[in-house]
Amino acid sequence: MRQRIGHELVKTFSLMRFATLRPTSASSVTALPSPSDAELAHNFQRTILPHLDGAYSLARYLTRDPVLSEDVVQDAVLRAYRAFGQFRGESPRAWLFAIVRNCCRSAQPGTSGRVTLVADPEAAFGDQADPALTPEQEAQRQDEISGVRSAIEAIPEPFREAVVLRDLEELSYAEIAQVTGVPMGTVMSRLARGRAMLAKELLPTKETESEQSRSVK
Amino acid sequence: MSACADQELLLGGLVDGELDAAHTAIVEAHVARCEGCREELERLEALRNLLKSDGVRHAAPDSLKARIATHPELAPRAANENRLPNWLAPGLAGAVAASLALVTFLPAASSSVVEEQLVSSHVRSLQPGHLTDVQTTSQHIVKPWFNGRIDFAPPVPELADVGFPLAGGRLDSINGKTVAAIVYHRRLHTVNLFVWRDDGSLEKATVEDGFAINEWSSGGLRFAAVSDLGPAELKLFRQEFQRATGPS
Repeated sequence: MRQRIGHELVKTFSLMRFATLRPTSASSVTALPSPSDAELAHNFQRTILPHLDGAYSLARYLTRDPVLSEDVVQDAVLRAYRAFGQFRGESPRAWLFAIVRNCCRSAQPGTSGRVTLVADPEAAFGDQADPALTPEQEAQRQDEISGVRSAIEAIPEPFREAVVLRDLEELSYAEIAQVTGVPMGTVMSRLARGRAMLAKELLPTKETESEQSRSVK
Repeated sequence: MSACADQELLLGGLVDGELDAAHTAIVEAHVARCEGCREELERLEALRNLLKSDGVRHAAPDSLKARIATHPELAPRAANENRLPNWLAPGLAGAVAASLALVTFLPAASSSVVEEQLVSSHVRSLQPGHLTDVQTTSQHIVKPWFNGRIDFAPPVPELADVGFPLAGGRLDSINGKTVAAIVYHRRLHTVNLFVWRDDGSLEKATVEDGFAINEWSSGGLRFAAVSDLGPAELKLFRQEFQRATGPS
């Protein structure tokens, strides 16, 4: 029942607003004169490389493997560079993320052939340490961050992907639809489900009971 | 008390600022009179703030940035060299010949060539599957592995207790010589220690393309450690390595 209501709601939505947000297809844009290689490399560095942190964070949450993520992102950046001539200025970030996502899907954990080291927490958070905090507060903050990170890593991939793209990378619904290749309505319902799972895990549980009664309905 | 099922997606859209004015007004009016949806909205906002906390998002590690910055296809300098217009090629050949001649006749100038090769070997070794031919944390496996592959025996101390666990070894080639490459880790960073036979005496620390290089000579061998670690940490590596291998 809920499913059907949701579905119709989404249909109405796409009629009302989202139709105008669909990314322009590449073919409808007039091809620009092809720039020189040096120009291309320069443009690539300017428009794509600033999104390296986001690309790596996305890969980390999709693969859940720090070593593999580096390989995947390097591979994705190379592919992006080779395809950059065809890039026609929609959202460079969404474009790069779509490539990263594809690379994550084809990468199998454990094929990097390298030793996966357990990241020591100091290395993971050291660069973001807040000098205003006492060591105890800092330790507590890092616990909290680890908790949030593990909770995100624990939810199933389609929901994890939607939440990471929206709440961490702050992509618009239209961009998420572009990256994940699903309709906007699916993006919305994945986000809602992913967030419900995370809220249950991370927020105080005064609503646990009603949460359960709802899912039974 | 729980949110109304038909409002769930709209509440998300409201928090995300993705609703148009008409829908925003409808949902806000509903939230004003529905306690369940109000609570749900608060939870969504609390969750969003939690997810946005600094540190939840991963930042690209320096090693990745360095790999991308030095990748021959991505670095614009390298890209230009690889795709020269045809008319430039003969000129370039001349320039290469001239610089080769310089290198040949001025041995002092060749050291920077060695450093460039050290860095490119280091970067190449970080590609998937290239880091180690013998992958082990045991010095008793790495050391004999080099026997019969090279005509010298590089020291392979275990440095895990000082924060540089041994990861393995492989053969590499620097300046046309076959060299031993011993691989250590430091947190998520990799240290490649290249060792080859060289009677000269040399001691220097440099930074090439953002990679730290620390070179020294000992017992007829030349050592060159390359890493994306900072020069200070690489110096620490050298000190620990020399301490472990003893004075010679």
